[in-house]
Amino acid sequence: MPMKLAKVTFATLTILFLVAPLIAILPLAFTSSVILTYPIPSWSLRWFEELFTADAWRRAIINSLIIGTGTTLLATVLGTAASLGLRNRLIFFRGSMRTLFLLPMVVPAVVLGVGMQVLLAGFGLTNSYAGVIIAHTVVAVPFVIVSVTGALAGIDERVELAAQSLGAAPITVFRRVTLPLAMPGVLSGAVLAFATSLDEVVLTLFVAGPNQRTLARQMFSSIRENISPAIAAAAFLFIAATVLIGLVVVLSRSMLAKRR
Amino acid sequence: MAEFIRFDRITKFYGPLCVVENLDLGIGKGEFVSLLGPSGSGKTTLLMMLAGFEQPTSGNIVLDGTAINDVPTHKRDMGVVFQSYALFPHMSVGENVAFPLQMRGLGKAEIAERVTRALDMVQLSAFVDRRPSQLSGGQQQRVALSRALVFEPRVVLMDEPLGALDKQLREQMQLDIRDLHRRLGLTIVFVTHDQSEALTMSDRVAVFNKGKIEQIGTPRQVYDEPATRFVAEFIGETNLVEGVVEGVQGQEATVRLSSGAQIVSAVSGSVASGQPVLLSIRPERVDLSETRGDQRNCLETEVTDSVYQGDHLRVQLQNAAHPLIAKLGRRSREFAPGTRVYAAFSAGDCRVIAQ
Repeated sequence: MPMKLAKVTFATLTILFLVAPLIAILPLAFTSSVILTYPIPSWSLRWFEELFTADAWRRAIINSLIIGTGTTLLATVLGTAASLGLRNRLIFFRGSMRTLFLLPMVVPAVVLGVGMQVLLAGFGLTNSYAGVIIAHTVVAVPFVIVSVTGALAGIDERVELAAQSLGAAPITVFRRVTLPLAMPGVLSGAVLAFATSLDEVVLTLFVAGPNQRTLARQMFSSIRENISPAIAAAAFLFIAATVLIGLVVVLSRSMLAKRR
Repeated sequence: MAEFIRFDRITKFYGPLCVVENLDLGIGKGEFVSLLGPSGSGKTTLLMMLAGFEQPTSGNIVLDGTAINDVPTHKRDMGVVFQSYALFPHMSVGENVAFPLQMRGLGKAEIAERVTRALDMVQLSAFVDRRPSQLSGGQQQRVALSRALVFEPRVVLMDEPLGALDKQLREQMQLDIRDLHRRLGLTIVFVTHDQSEALTMSDRVAVFNKGKIEQIGTPRQVYDEPATRFVAEFIGETNLVEGVVEGVQGQEATVRLSSGAQIVSAVSGSVASGQPVLLSIRPERVDLSETRGDQRNCLETEVTDSVYQGDHLRVQLQNAAHPLIAKLGRRSREFAPGTRVYAAFSAGDCRVIAQ
């Protein structure tokens, strides 16, 4: 019994440790005060109003959505294609190739950021949406690859062979069999890509111009300039969006699982 | 029987490893041919090449008079049944069976009708809306079977389809598939490592060893007239006894064993006097008695052990030079160890195999 109590205590403390920053920031989103501190004098939604009416914040939200959507599409397509390619046993240095694809996960973002800025400048893509989307895609692709590769590994190769023998051309096998079976992996890859883009600050600092300020970037700069509770409201939006997306994924996954 | 499928000098290498070596095999229309052999003997590789999943390193595969080496799998019109069933997990049973028909662009009404008929054939029409994961292994394999048959393929290929099923179900499915083969006049190429399965179902059995066919013939031929030592040992149980040919008379040869005894035996290949050979004697063809009978072949032996095995009595014998095993019917009397007995068998019940 004391063992069980110890386990429960430890688990609670761990969870608390992980969510403490969230608990600290979230209530401040609803403060009526103009500074980001406790105690909260009274409850208000004024900072959400500020978020959606102040031009800087509105633009940041829209930019995050544009860049996030672009990154998700690009990274999901590229990552899925790479995962499919990496299945081919005939590819030389398959292991090294996979490692290469996953490199952006471990390379320091600052290094990537410098490189990216030099490179994008060469193509005249700095200070453009395309540039930011490309930069975000580089760090988002590994998440898609990990997720889709896992899903593909769970597919019995013979199921695809069977489809061929039943008269399906390779593209039809992909459309009717491989892709639907890998869909849960593709979906979670897409969500991870979106989350990565939403969250990305370092690369954005290097490649984005004033017109591509994302929500994360805006939060970063405004916490240095004026500690307004609008940051807490933005954080609340972030978390709400993440939880929502997470729920969608969990639901769609369980629906897919039920279908098989 | 007109030749429908022809493997013409097929060779297949995986890197430096030769899995199929210069192999020739003809299969008739409507024939049920089993490719039987241990794992790694090349039988599955041959089937995969026929399905188009693998390319031969050299040689031609001919179907109905046309070389199909360059025809991709999806245009070969062959139904394949795998050991792992390979059903589409994201589709219902009905959608699985409808898949090959959709690929052929048939109309909705016709697809529905043919799916129902195909599922009726395997007694699964009540399960049309279930997911494969909701079915038992045997049911899943029956769905796979009806999916492979519904589009009336030119050839049906089966890769150890019953390997994952338990014994009783396996034997039932063997009879079911044999029945379907006869009723629908299917051409079936069936890969298995289970010799009793091959004997039960096939018109002809091709025995594979190390990428080559050791022998091809009817089940009766490969069992009763094994051409090589490998075939004699792989199919059923046998006694192999060394000897030297003393004389050949037509289809029979006289062989002297190392114990000095003389045996008259049927010959399948050609042997010459003085040639060292093996004699294959099936245990269930050996009779035991305490008195010398009037059989031509009679060996004096001593019982070393006798085991009751339900449907037969297994007796181990030893004579001066070699051990011998006899399987006796359950009506046979028991033999106590140490009993001196005569092991008798006719010339037709043993076979000379060239070494």
